[in-house]
Amino acid sequence: MLLKSTKRILASAVLAIGLSPAALHAQELTGTLAKISEAGEIVIGHRESSVPFAYLNDNQEPVGYSIDLCMKVVEEVEKTIGKEIDIRYVPVNPKTRIALMANGTIDLECGSTTNNLTRQQQVEYLPTTFVTGTKILTRKDSGISSVSDLDGKAIALAQGTTNERAIKAAVEDLDLDVKILPVRDHAEGMLSLETDRVDAYSTDHILLHGLIAKSKTPEDFAVVGEFLSFDPYALMVPRNDSAFELVGKTALANVFRSGEIDEIYAKWFDPLGVPADPLLKAAFQLGALPE
Amino acid sequence: MNYNWNWSVLFEPEYFGWLISGLGWTISVALCAWVIALVVGSLIGVGRTLPNKFLSKICTAYVELFRNIPLLVQMFIWYFAVPEMVPEDAGRWMKREMPQPEFVTAVVALGLYTASRVAEQVRAGIETVPQGLRSAAISQGMSIAQVYRYILLPISFRLIVPPMTSEFLTVFKNSSLALTIGLLELTAQSQQIAEYTFQSFEAYTAATVIYVLIALCATVIMSLLERQTRIPGYSGKES
Repeated sequence: MLLKSTKRILASAVLAIGLSPAALHAQELTGTLAKISEAGEIVIGHRESSVPFAYLNDNQEPVGYSIDLCMKVVEEVEKTIGKEIDIRYVPVNPKTRIALMANGTIDLECGSTTNNLTRQQQVEYLPTTFVTGTKILTRKDSGISSVSDLDGKAIALAQGTTNERAIKAAVEDLDLDVKILPVRDHAEGMLSLETDRVDAYSTDHILLHGLIAKSKTPEDFAVVGEFLSFDPYALMVPRNDSAFELVGKTALANVFRSGEIDEIYAKWFDPLGVPADPLLKAAFQLGALPE
Repeated sequence: MNYNWNWSVLFEPEYFGWLISGLGWTISVALCAWVIALVVGSLIGVGRTLPNKFLSKICTAYVELFRNIPLLVQMFIWYFAVPEMVPEDAGRWMKREMPQPEFVTAVVALGLYTASRVAEQVRAGIETVPQGLRSAAISQGMSIAQVYRYILLPISFRLIVPPMTSEFLTVFKNSSLALTIGLLELTAQSQQIAEYTFQSFEAYTAATVIYVLIALCATVIMSLLERQTRIPGYSGKES
């Protein structure tokens, strides 16, 4: 009896020593990590016209600041499960991103998603990677310089964004008569503005600068007004999955700590002429947790 | 699936109001478009069967054009492209001063698209009327207009009621595409509820149930109409 149990302990000890740490990890995988490991692929939800966070380049491939950061997370996932994985991209928009994350279609969302508490009832976020807020994009000759000038004018708003609510709240507070045209995404909002169907379009100020940079006549447009909301961006991950969340946090902490974040930031934001805000730099420092 | 279910959001006054207003737009768009579809579709359908080669070619071209371009593309063309193609003042009027631009555009786009489908039903109905009736009417000295007025149309319109039922149902479902040009109809409103509450599954379920109810009502009305208009001896099910 004694001999038998000693034998078993010995056997398991030999087994444990023989196994590599990675393989040991693999046995403990749960939730999203287990799913990724089994499928051999990670499903990334990305935006198609959120310049410079996640958008389609000339070859119709998703690129951008958030996509680069997501690649760091993917590398960390590969390290954790101990094998290479494929990446499958799924385009998302403000209306679909929460539902697709909640129902498990996508494992990681790389776009320009504001982290707020209502959304946290359905999804979880990694540390803040950008800080912005709602402003108004308009033609330079429109005479609009703040939200109160919108009285009697038309504005396009992307459905499902935090900006939609910020503008609607401001309009209600100031008791203005504004025609609101709901649009699907930034590209459609910009099209409505360019074709003169509306006088203004509103979203996070950094995205507005991106839209101007991508437009055919950048000199015609201007970003105006005060910040109407506080929008900290973060990569989105499934809720109730702390193991996967930890992998994401580790990846970002490494990027923040090593200073690699400055290169990635410069790569995407220098062309727009938008230097890192002190608040954002502080967010990077707070995210740079020690090992 | 990590999801917090909460069906009660649907009955909060604000969101419930959105659903009702969405339902109102869906029904208005569908019914207005259906009127256009019936009028234009009947004219085009009759036109295709006329002996005049020129008229029938034009009507055939209409059907092929509107039936073969996806409805979504047509919506976008009417909404974004047409105002840029007309003279600047007219374009500006369409974009800014026209009352309810999204609604009008949706009705026109959906109406003209459905008209091409209705036209095909009308044509099929007219062609189903036995050739002998037409010949007999002409030999009695009736003009082409009289043949249509007294012989072909009364019979064919009663024959095509059953296939028209499905066109009628389709117009309600197709009206959901109006959301892409910013009309807050039923689907758009349920999306909006999903966005405000993040209870997307509840919101879309509500929309689904309402669409099914609309379809059931439409089916009941059409089957009553079918019973009224059936020509004994023509439709398969004799009673």
